[in-house]
Amino acid sequence: MSYEKRFDGRAFDELRPIDIKIGVIKNAKGSAMFKIGDTIAIAGVMGPKEVHPKHLRNPEKGILQVHYDMMSFSVSDRARPGPDRRDIELSKVIKNALEPALILNDLPETGVYLYVYILQANAGTRCAAVCASSLALAHAGIPMKDLVPAVAAGKVADKIVLDLSKEEEDHPEGATDMAIAMVPRGEKITLLTMDGNISDKELRQALEYAKKGCMQIYKLQKEALRKFLKGEEK
Amino acid sequence: MGEVLFQEGDIVLPGDTVAKGMDLLPARGTYRDGEEIVATNIGILKRRDNIINVIPLFGPYVPRVGDQVIGKVIEVGYSHWVVDIGTPYPAVLLVKDGVSEYVDLEKVSLDRFYKKGDLIVARILKKEDPTFIRITTRGPGLKKLTGGKIIEITPYKIPRLIGKEGSMVNMIKNKTNTNIIAGQNGWVWISGDPLDELKAAKAIEIIENQAHTQGLTEKVEKFLGGEK
Amino acid sequence: MNNYIIGLIKKKIRPDGRTFLEHRKINITKDPSKYAEGSVIVELGKTKVAVGVKMGIGEPFKDTPNEGILITSAEFVPFASKEFEPGPPSPDAIELARVVDRGIRESKAVDLEKLCIKEGEKVWMVFVDIYVLNHDGNLIDAAGIGAIAALLNAKIPKLDENEEIVHGEYQGELPVVKKPVPVTFYKIADQIIVDPTKEEEDAAEARLTIIFNDDGNIVGMQKELPGYWTVDEIKSCIETGKRLSSKIRSEVLSK
Repeated sequence: MSYEKRFDGRAFDELRPIDIKIGVIKNAKGSAMFKIGDTIAIAGVMGPKEVHPKHLRNPEKGILQVHYDMMSFSVSDRARPGPDRRDIELSKVIKNALEPALILNDLPETGVYLYVYILQANAGTRCAAVCASSLALAHAGIPMKDLVPAVAAGKVADKIVLDLSKEEEDHPEGATDMAIAMVPRGEKITLLTMDGNISDKELRQALEYAKKGCMQIYKLQKEALRKFLKGEEK
Repeated sequence: MGEVLFQEGDIVLPGDTVAKGMDLLPARGTYRDGEEIVATNIGILKRRDNIINVIPLFGPYVPRVGDQVIGKVIEVGYSHWVVDIGTPYPAVLLVKDGVSEYVDLEKVSLDRFYKKGDLIVARILKKEDPTFIRITTRGPGLKKLTGGKIIEITPYKIPRLIGKEGSMVNMIKNKTNTNIIAGQNGWVWISGDPLDELKAAKAIEIIENQAHTQGLTEKVEKFLGGEK
Repeated sequence: MNNYIIGLIKKKIRPDGRTFLEHRKINITKDPSKYAEGSVIVELGKTKVAVGVKMGIGEPFKDTPNEGILITSAEFVPFASKEFEPGPPSPDAIELARVVDRGIRESKAVDLEKLCIKEGEKVWMVFVDIYVLNHDGNLIDAAGIGAIAALLNAKIPKLDENEEIVHGEYQGELPVVKKPVPVTFYKIADQIIVDPTKEEEDAAEARLTIIFNDDGNIVGMQKELPGYWTVDEIKSCIETGKRLSSKIRSEVLSK
């Protein structure tokens, strides 16, 4: 059966509504909340600070450590508190998505610690996490080449779509879901995970959708930062 | 001939192309990407001749030799003190840099000069190894502080707090009847009557939150002129 | 800056101008997380705590075959404070969860007998999960208020004919019949205050959490930190706590 109309009525290349808030965690050096559809990620940056254990220290530049976790009540079936194997894999994937954009040469021997928690999950959690994290790092004043937007695209039944919702991921006719993060400057893809079953022609179309989606999110990330700076003028 | 794409004093964001041209030089808070000069931080664009700077609005303290900083003694060693100055690794104050007289370490405990918990005004001597930043308290204005309270603001906002030739900080000092010493590391020491200290701290908070806005001096003046 | 706080307290001044027995403004945001059976975010000044309630099905305890099970956990998110490290819950986090749990359990706030699905075999498990998002003092009170607020907001999922949970559908509200409220007292320079900021909390020598039920009865107590309390001080805290808990209950926990 053909997927004619998206469950939430969006166009096939349309993002879910996005809401961004900067500086939501006062004690963190930098923080941000990124909401896309019904997925909400909160990221907070601590440090730069001493690195433990010692063997992880890099005398040439700073390191980035990422800790991704889902709040137990963010999903329908409670997730036991604490990171599970998926959380640990995503922590690594998210770190590799953000690090290429950071300039850590002036922070040798130290570590930048990023903690990103999912408050509510409806697909696209790793992408929301990257989007929130990039903003939190900028707010923390960690030098970077560019912000990093991220979004998922894929195939639901027979249609290529941008930004799958959970209902779409669970479509009875099957879905392929590919998450990407992209450094806009140079269109460098720093996160790429995919699962499903898709032809290469379809994958290329999904990639184009995802790139476009990333650029739209990038624009919103910048707008949110400007709005935040203006908001401080009270 | 290169062109600068923003106005002097504009706020720019990481990834923003702030200028184009090989004859322009990327300095603080920027890097070169081909023809373009790109901002690395949320900050304010400042240009001097062909040098393009972005002064960050947020970010950790990066020590520079000669910086005056405020620190807290966290450990008293046999021949040195370990001092927290807000950097990832605490700074080290060697006995020869802390005391001008001769000290017989066999007989005298360094406790006598600076104890754990003491606040000091110091200067950065060496900072090449971030795990071994050396500071000194020998020099004009460098000393132990008694009483008062410390508040922390973003290091990049200290110049705004001090103001042109000290105008801003002096205004706060005068209107709140307090003594204030600002460290380049973002630590600010305020000393006076408790309620005056509170008021000065609040004025400094205004600067921290609105350093990048116009009319800051007026806002602070209004706040200080208001109560009391 | 303990000396600084101690100096102020001795002069009967608090940095933000509050009186010793005054709470900061309490803000409760309901339903920040829609897949939880109930959730809130509590803000007590700059302290921010998220609490979510999840319901699951499990076997009852042998000695209470017809009662549901309450399980409370707390996580101190590392970005909430420089002092929080990632990893399994610290003793402070565990103590907080257990103290909050005690208040809910001893007051019988949740009618566990109404949570039996099949006696001896299947009962509802009520998970109360606390996440501290920003630490500016008085975490136990914030978490305790958040926990009962989340429970008051919670719904029981619908069960299908196989007695399995139907996601997104509910059969009614969680039976919450009491509203226990903790009030934690802190002793600084022999003065007693409530709801300290982190700065004030760091200068405290002793802590006493008292959890009050709707009828003014005490359903939990915990003394923390190495200092001490005299019997008179404890009596005075109980007196004050009754009044303050009642005020909080009516101001932020009326459904």
